[in-house]
Amino acid sequence: MPSPDLRTEFRAGFLTAVAPCLGVIPFALLLGALAAEKGVSTAETALMSAWVFAGSAQFAALDTWKHPAPWLALGLLVLVVNLRHVFMSASVLRRMERFSPIQRLLALPLLADEIWAFSEARAARQPLTPAFFFGLAVPFYLTWILSCAVGTLLGALLRDPRAYGFDFAFIAIFVFLILGFRHKGGFVATLVASAAAATVVHVVWPGPASIIAGTLAGILAAAATHAEDAA
Amino acid sequence: MSLSPDALIAIAAMAIATLATRLAGLFVPANFARTGRLAAAFAAMPVAVLTALIAPAILASAWTDAAAGAVTILAAWRLPLPAVVAIGAAAAAGLRALAG
Repeated sequence: MPSPDLRTEFRAGFLTAVAPCLGVIPFALLLGALAAEKGVSTAETALMSAWVFAGSAQFAALDTWKHPAPWLALGLLVLVVNLRHVFMSASVLRRMERFSPIQRLLALPLLADEIWAFSEARAARQPLTPAFFFGLAVPFYLTWILSCAVGTLLGALLRDPRAYGFDFAFIAIFVFLILGFRHKGGFVATLVASAAAATVVHVVWPGPASIIAGTLAGILAAAATHAEDAA
Repeated sequence: MSLSPDALIAIAAMAIATLATRLAGLFVPANFARTGRLAAAFAAMPVAVLTALIAPAILASAWTDAAAGAVTILAAWRLPLPAVVAIGAAAAAGLRALAG
């Protein structure tokens, strides 16, 4: 198989990054504003966004931020909020056959939800290349860090992104990506089981547990309805 | 511009926690579950995770967001991504404004 042109792949990744980058800016600004409110400096916020690079976990951590920062409680909180990444990394690694071991080690820390989701969507259609992955991940990573830092300076400018429907940008992106898988086997069973389990658990016990419950229900449904064909 | 030691330690702890979850997949053997039901479970991971992430925000929320979710799903059936995002955000903002 001829190896796809490096530049073409990188550019495809870069173009894929445009939508999630635009979508994440309001949230990064809001995160920065929240950080400033909690007395976290611009430098600390930028460092957090660069090292942690996990939006929902950073929101949860800043929500409970105190001085001095309780490192153990914050670390455990982030671990729980990010548990889904265990599934996500195991899944996307199967798509990284064209990555060297070093490229995998560099790619996995960049596995924010959006980067993972667009990588999986790409891999469902054609082989995932390192050039595409980093073309997607690096602009998103830099946009996140920069916008979070800017948010600490702008502060309360963007009080309520919900009023503008900005929070729905990500829901729309993920709906779009989910529907991209609709011709795959087990799609309906996975979708219904995951949505039902996540919603029920969310109603009973709001928090990251609903993500894990939905994921497990979804993959169990896929396994249960899998038809053993002559493969 | 300042970096306080306690914030640095907390950020490092958060970073290590995140890295642990993102590198965890490396401990799944490459030849694990390549066929049969377990392979189907792995293949379903993107839809399972993405659905679990957004389902409560559509199904267990105000009617405005449920309706905006339905509009978004209809749009995503046919339209390209930028249009879907614009329609989804506009539907959510518009319905929320209507509901007050």
